Amino acid sequence: MSGKPKLYYFDGRGRMETIRWLLAAAGVEFEEQFCETREDLLKLRQDGHLLFQQVPMVEIDGMKMVQTRAILNYIAGKYNLYGKNLKERALIDMYVEATSDLNEIIMHHPLQPPENKAKHLASIIEKATMRYFPVYEKALKDHGQDFLVGNQFSRADVQLLETILMAEECKPDILSKFPVLQVFKARISNIPTIKKFLQPGSQRKSPLDAALIPKVISIFNIGNE
Amino acid sequence: MTGIPKLCYFNGRGKMESIRWLLAAAGVEFQEEFLETREQFEKLLQDGALLFQQVPLVEIDGMKMVQTRAILSYLAAKYNLYGKDLKERALIDMYVEGTTDLMGLILMCPFLSSEEKEKQHTVIIQKATNRYFPVYEKVLKDHRQNFLVGNQFSWADVHLLEAILMVEEKNSSVLSEFPQLQAFKARISNIPTIKKFLEPGSQRKPVPDDKYVETVRRVLQMYF
Repeated sequence: MSGKPKLYYFDGRGRMETIRWLLAAAGVEFEEQFCETREDLLKLRQDGHLLFQQVPMVEIDGMKMVQTRAILNYIAGKYNLYGKNLKERALIDMYVEATSDLNEIIMHHPLQPPENKAKHLASIIEKATMRYFPVYEKALKDHGQDFLVGNQFSRADVQLLETILMAEECKPDILSKFPVLQVFKARISNIPTIKKFLQPGSQRKSPLDAALIPKVISIFNIGNE
Repeated sequence: MTGIPKLCYFNGRGKMESIRWLLAAAGVEFQEEFLETREQFEKLLQDGALLFQQVPLVEIDGMKMVQTRAILSYLAAKYNLYGKDLKERALIDMYVEGTTDLMGLILMCPFLSSEEKEKQHTVIIQKATNRYFPVYEKVLKDHRQNFLVGNQFSWADVHLLEAILMVEEKNSSVLSEFPQLQAFKARISNIPTIKKFLEPGSQRKPVPDDKYVETVRRVLQMYF
């Protein structure tokens, strides 16, 4: 056993990507085992490795952790990316729950039927620019600090950066009305661990290739379970 | 300002119900402001009370908290229902995320057509009995303790009881193969704060009806 966390998922972003971001931001090396076929997922289930028969699953500190939020909370707590006290934690939680909501919508975009795609994209852009980004723009502008919460780097900063980059993949100039977020993006991207993660060859995954959608649907039996 | 938490939501379960359960379990008194009209909701939006333009909203300790999980995590930690250390917390989080997924299937039911509802009921019972309940049954059987995590009452116990009762409303014999969960249900229901919450006249909300669905659609202007 190497002692490094080991991630079990398919070779793509999905629900594991935020976990990869957080580990990388914390400077934690991790291994990955990919489900290439449905049989791979079924084997993990049969071997009793998946508490609720689902991935993501992360082996860490002797635990086989499942449930994305539980995993993220544990990593954030362990690596001091969760604020200094209960109230900072509350603020961080509010911020990351919202970025997760936006990520969720973006994540489902490739799975939209062709006739829905344009409308779905419009709703992503609307939510990002009218509901979510204004909140973070204001928070940073109001306190004038480098980080979202408690003048200290936290998971909120990591998760916001991840979401910004995913939104930009939908619309490259999506930050055009958010000058403070543009500066934030540059600043957080320059943090050494994050900078490394953003370089080619890192464990960061690419957006889902349209050609791979049938495979993903078949591994997870999407729509049927 | 009275100092007690104030909940702002529809007069019904939805995403606020788990928050009511947790406050009640912790023995914390709370007030409620019910959303009846679109105008009330627009006023909240205009006043900037809703960080992401959504309810639930809970005013507590000088904060206007939104995002159900953020609120629940805060309450759990504040009232010592979140375990003794990081690993217990991890376990609680895993269990609660499981019951959240299960209850999430039930949450959308009132908004489905009758045909979709029937289909969804089947899914709920199937998932409850094949995916979720076996996990908690095994946990309790393996450690033989009264509570799910760390031999101590926690948010995980409250959330599981809430989920059990909600599934039983769909199918009253759903626990028939789960003797540990039957005992768990009786035991947790008997905790004084929970017992009180389960009595008529408490702030626990009933099964959603058509009036509730109408209210949500009218206030949010979301026709799903």
